Amino acid sequence: MSEELAIDVRGMTKRFGKHTAVDHVDLQVRKGEVCGFLGPNGSGKTTFIRMLCGLLRADEGSGQCLGHDVIKDSETIKRQVGYMTQKFSFWEDLTIEENLDFVARMYSLKNRRATVRQSLERLGLTARKDQLAGQLSGGWKQRLALAACLIHEPLLLLLDEPTAGVDPIARRDFWKEIHQLAGQGLTFLIATHYMDEAERCHRLAFIANSKLLTQGTVAEVIENSHLTTWAVDGPDLLQLAETLQALPGVEQAVPFGSILHISGPDQAALERAIAPFRTSHYRWKQVPSGLEDVFIHLMEKPRETVST
Amino acid sequence: MSHGRGFSVARLWAIVVKEFIQMRRDRVTFAMMIGIPIIQLVLFSYAINSDPRHLSAAVLVADHGPQGRTILSALRNSTYFQFVRQVETEAEAHAALARGEVQFLINIPENFTRELLRGDRPTLLVEADATDPGATGGPLGALPSILNSALQNDAKGPLEYLVSADSPIDLRIHAKYNPEAITQYTIVPGLLGVVLTMTMVMITALAITRERESGTMENLLSMPTRPLEVMIGKILPYILVGYIQMGLILAASHLLFQVPMVGSLWLLMGVTLVFIAASLAVGVTFSTLAQNQRQAMQMTLFFFLPSILLSGFMFPFRGMPPWAQAIGEILPLTHFLRLVRGILLKGNGIEEVIHQLWQIALFGVVVLTIAVFRYRRTLD
Repeated sequence: MSEELAIDVRGMTKRFGKHTAVDHVDLQVRKGEVCGFLGPNGSGKTTFIRMLCGLLRADEGSGQCLGHDVIKDSETIKRQVGYMTQKFSFWEDLTIEENLDFVARMYSLKNRRATVRQSLERLGLTARKDQLAGQLSGGWKQRLALAACLIHEPLLLLLDEPTAGVDPIARRDFWKEIHQLAGQGLTFLIATHYMDEAERCHRLAFIANSKLLTQGTVAEVIENSHLTTWAVDGPDLLQLAETLQALPGVEQAVPFGSILHISGPDQAALERAIAPFRTSHYRWKQVPSGLEDVFIHLMEKPRETVST
Repeated sequence: MSHGRGFSVARLWAIVVKEFIQMRRDRVTFAMMIGIPIIQLVLFSYAINSDPRHLSAAVLVADHGPQGRTILSALRNSTYFQFVRQVETEAEAHAALARGEVQFLINIPENFTRELLRGDRPTLLVEADATDPGATGGPLGALPSILNSALQNDAKGPLEYLVSADSPIDLRIHAKYNPEAITQYTIVPGLLGVVLTMTMVMITALAITRERESGTMENLLSMPTRPLEVMIGKILPYILVGYIQMGLILAASHLLFQVPMVGSLWLLMGVTLVFIAASLAVGVTFSTLAQNQRQAMQMTLFFFLPSILLSGFMFPFRGMPPWAQAIGEILPLTHFLRLVRGILLKGNGIEEVIHQLWQIALFGVVVLTIAVFRYRRTLD
């Protein structure tokens, strides 16, 4: 079993002065799996990823990454991991080809020229190889970054919000590519904010306020949240949302186009709260909780525990 | 009407306020705005003296008569000269002059007093290191009148016959290394050091800060490379740039200004390497301190200013008060200027050069140690 795990770390902790950026996070990701790494801004996702690829030294924690000790063998791990930073971090004053060639040299690849050519072809960058990276649009920059991360044939890819600022078509292509690569045995850990992207992952890990809150498949995560959601359709939904939000048992009242999603962790309390409004004016229907409902629910929870 | 397309004072004011807020947030810029005027004021007004006094001189005395002593004490009282050494042989005297330990050599030959009393106009030889004519011009110009008035004071009573229209002594001044006192001979080799300081410090500081600012440094460090590889790899190309600059300046100074090149060019290239390395070390250190390229630029300026003012490039080094000289002695440019002038104009060899060279090297090592220490910390 443990041989099948690409990432198997426990108790990973990183402190910056008094602030604990990552607080005893455990994470297991199987080989060939696409793991979505979710969490609000500043929750510690980037710090965790940087610890995995040896950019930051963990203060506590142990475990393995691709079968190597995550603390001691970070140099070995670096060679087998591709890391795509949140912000585009290739050289804007080099051309696409020059960027790829530089990365290939950094990993001391044999048959460098051939590798670079293949990489250009595979990602459809050949026609643009002489264009400066700085002149590319968001989608093309992201393709370049992915090509560069893949050039040394890593076993694990750590992608930090790879699709920020990328249009829907490019995003779809990007995810198609990722699933193809996963099918070939590559493992992915992808930090993201987008729910539709999270739903494309095999597994999810949710981190908030430096702590891991939950992990599992999409279904498991929704199941484990014990969240009940009702959808309501009718007149003056904004007014209704405001009224319901104030009631005990209602955690969220969020408009989704022309309908309103009302959810809360305690089914009985939620139903008590909405009972007076179940009139002929509104059409009520219980719906399965969506990932976004769960996401917001998990994000709200630590704040509640702080305030009580 | 005022929210229309016309000039809006309210909008103008909003921009002014925003600039002030940003100015206050950027501590380094703020410190520079306050610091640069104060430092300039102090440097210019206290340190710089274009009429230098108390210049170091060696004396070679072969005649111990009273008139010799009169002359020496008159020179000392003029406050232009300060006798720091008594030498025994001419060879020793010339070595001190070549190394730049003394600026002047006063040579009172044998039988000076006897010849003087006989009215034979004995020779008084004053040799000056004129690689910086700005430093030697004043004292040498004042020399005849200092000597005459001294001897006239002595020439009373029985010695009154010495007072004549002609000076009773034959003053010979040798302005060595640059006898015609051509300023270009001093400035042009000096510019080599100034240009190298400016570009080497600035280019490295910017190159590394830019890498960090644009996020590419993070990418670089996630690849299997070591900090030392990154640092050396970033520095090496600029060493080459430094040599190209050196070639250009030397060629231009030779072709346009006919600056003599007495010493070995190979030695100069070797010495320049040490200087370039020290300047690059400063740049790397700035890049580890600066948060963005603008701050790196300001730090460069902060280093460049004293380098130019206190090194002896613009104003005679020995004309400055001791505290300013002490600061100047730390700066690599000070030593490099002496080296370049020494090699090009005096034809100095390795023995004369080594004394200045190790001080540049030491500076470089200290600064680089800070850089490596800071660099490690910025990784985490």
